[in-house]
Amino acid sequence: MGKRILAGTHFMNGDEACAEGAIAAGCTLFAGYPITPQSEIAEHISVRLPEVGGVFIQMEDEISSLAAVLGGAWGGAKAMTATSGPGFSLMMENLGLGMMTETPCVLINIQRGGPSTGLPTLVGQADMMQARWGSHGDYGVIALVPSSPQESFELTVHAFNLAETYRLPVLVMSDEVVGHMYERVDIDPDKIEVVERKKPSLPPGEFQLYKPGPNLVPEGMPSFGDGYKVHVTGLTHDERGYPVLNAETQHQLVVRLKEKIAANSDDIIRVEETATEDADVIIVTYGISARTSLGALNLARDKGLKVGMLRLITVWPFPEAIVKSMAQRVTGFVVPEINLGQIVLEVDRVVRGDAVVRSVPHAGGDIHDPAVILEAIEEVFAHAG
Amino acid sequence: MRSEMRFAGFGGQGIISAGKIAGRAASIYGGKNAVMMQSYGPEARGGACNADLVVSDDVIGYPRLSQPGILVIMSQEAYEKYGQDIDPEGTLIVDEDLVDFSELPPSVSRVYSIPATRLADGLGRKIVANVVMLGALAAISKVVSRDAMLDAILNSVPARTKDLNERAFNTGYEQGKEALGEQS
Repeated sequence: MGKRILAGTHFMNGDEACAEGAIAAGCTLFAGYPITPQSEIAEHISVRLPEVGGVFIQMEDEISSLAAVLGGAWGGAKAMTATSGPGFSLMMENLGLGMMTETPCVLINIQRGGPSTGLPTLVGQADMMQARWGSHGDYGVIALVPSSPQESFELTVHAFNLAETYRLPVLVMSDEVVGHMYERVDIDPDKIEVVERKKPSLPPGEFQLYKPGPNLVPEGMPSFGDGYKVHVTGLTHDERGYPVLNAETQHQLVVRLKEKIAANSDDIIRVEETATEDADVIIVTYGISARTSLGALNLARDKGLKVGMLRLITVWPFPEAIVKSMAQRVTGFVVPEINLGQIVLEVDRVVRGDAVVRSVPHAGGDIHDPAVILEAIEEVFAHAG
Repeated sequence: MRSEMRFAGFGGQGIISAGKIAGRAASIYGGKNAVMMQSYGPEARGGACNADLVVSDDVIGYPRLSQPGILVIMSQEAYEKYGQDIDPEGTLIVDEDLVDFSELPPSVSRVYSIPATRLADGLGRKIVANVVMLGALAAISKVVSRDAMLDAILNSVPARTKDLNERAFNTGYEQGKEALGEQS
């Protein structure tokens, strides 16, 4: 048997780090379909999972990949899939099924340039709104964005934990540059916390599959074969899991799917602040764009401009309270992202005119030039006069 | 202190491996931070191919190169593509048998000619030319120390090739020292 936790110091890329994070979190099933720039995850985990007694399945496409992951989760596995743009689009239907059936699993998207096949080998961050709204209907979402291989490892572990805690597919929205970049990854088993699946505390007959606890999350999840007779459906269902197709049941279920994330957002949201204490302008960004922005921040500070950075580690749920409170004390926000302006819409919505909000878009294919971000920062300062 | 270096040649020369080993040397055995990014796609399997490495004592934000201070070139095509991008104060290391720069003279004065492929051939395996270059790099530049580079090589290659790779490294290191002596 191989080692479940690859303790030690490694020089690995972000994709490999995602695979190792999954295994460290207890993943026993990966079902996926190779696609650039995700293939290194599938390649790495196809070797590693069997070493630790897990199963790797190469499916016929991305639709079946997520279907197998959902099925595997109800079979008792901690399960994951990973893909990129076109595959992420194909997964949207089953993502909704996972949300509706409250199935814990992890879905990693190593973003590349889109739409369609777009730029297979080059970077993009244009799937951020798709992550929030990609499947039809209303539901709450958790999406984490790593900006280094080290964080790819840590956030994949964290994604599995959140999936078990809040009972939903959790998204890890990495990108081609973070996925392919090699950097030191320290794996310390003592620092890895793993949340195990909560089993029902009531016996079959008394147990109700979707009866929520005080935090709005269903209490306990049996696996097929445990002796519980359960009905798992994409149809609107009551707390027993049986289809009840009326407005009242719809209201109870769908509001809870949204609120179980919103009500627990303080426990879910993670951000990192750099030099924000005295900042007049704050860069709000995430993933690889946060690393470029750090370059821009240093250039700005060298010029004597008081600039800080708010890095969103959790993009969904959006950290609105934090941005809202910053808006009361800063001149403006600059939002660089490798898309034509997605998360900037959230910043703008939350700031509500209390500060200047400046998008720094990039159509994809490369990361920003830090000088372009600096220019946007200087414009905000000039605007404030 | 931030150093930027690029390894460039054609697919199959072990350019990406050289970048990975140098990155491992800097970040695991050298106590610094390092980010390695490689060319990706069909070019990595033939045609021009490169590995970019940023080494820094501080946290590395922007991971791409602005202007490489060290350029290690192992093919004519790579020289023509990247030769002029180098920092004017920088260091250019070329495989002299594979690169002719009479047409396009380098924009730097510090040029070190290392016949890496020929030396590797002399050791019995052309495939270790990249490791000869890493030896030369360790001698010429102080970004990664000799010990860190050798540790990284010996911990990256298959066990049965350790001896060959160590000889390749030492050969390159001696050649690098000699080239450094000729320059000063």
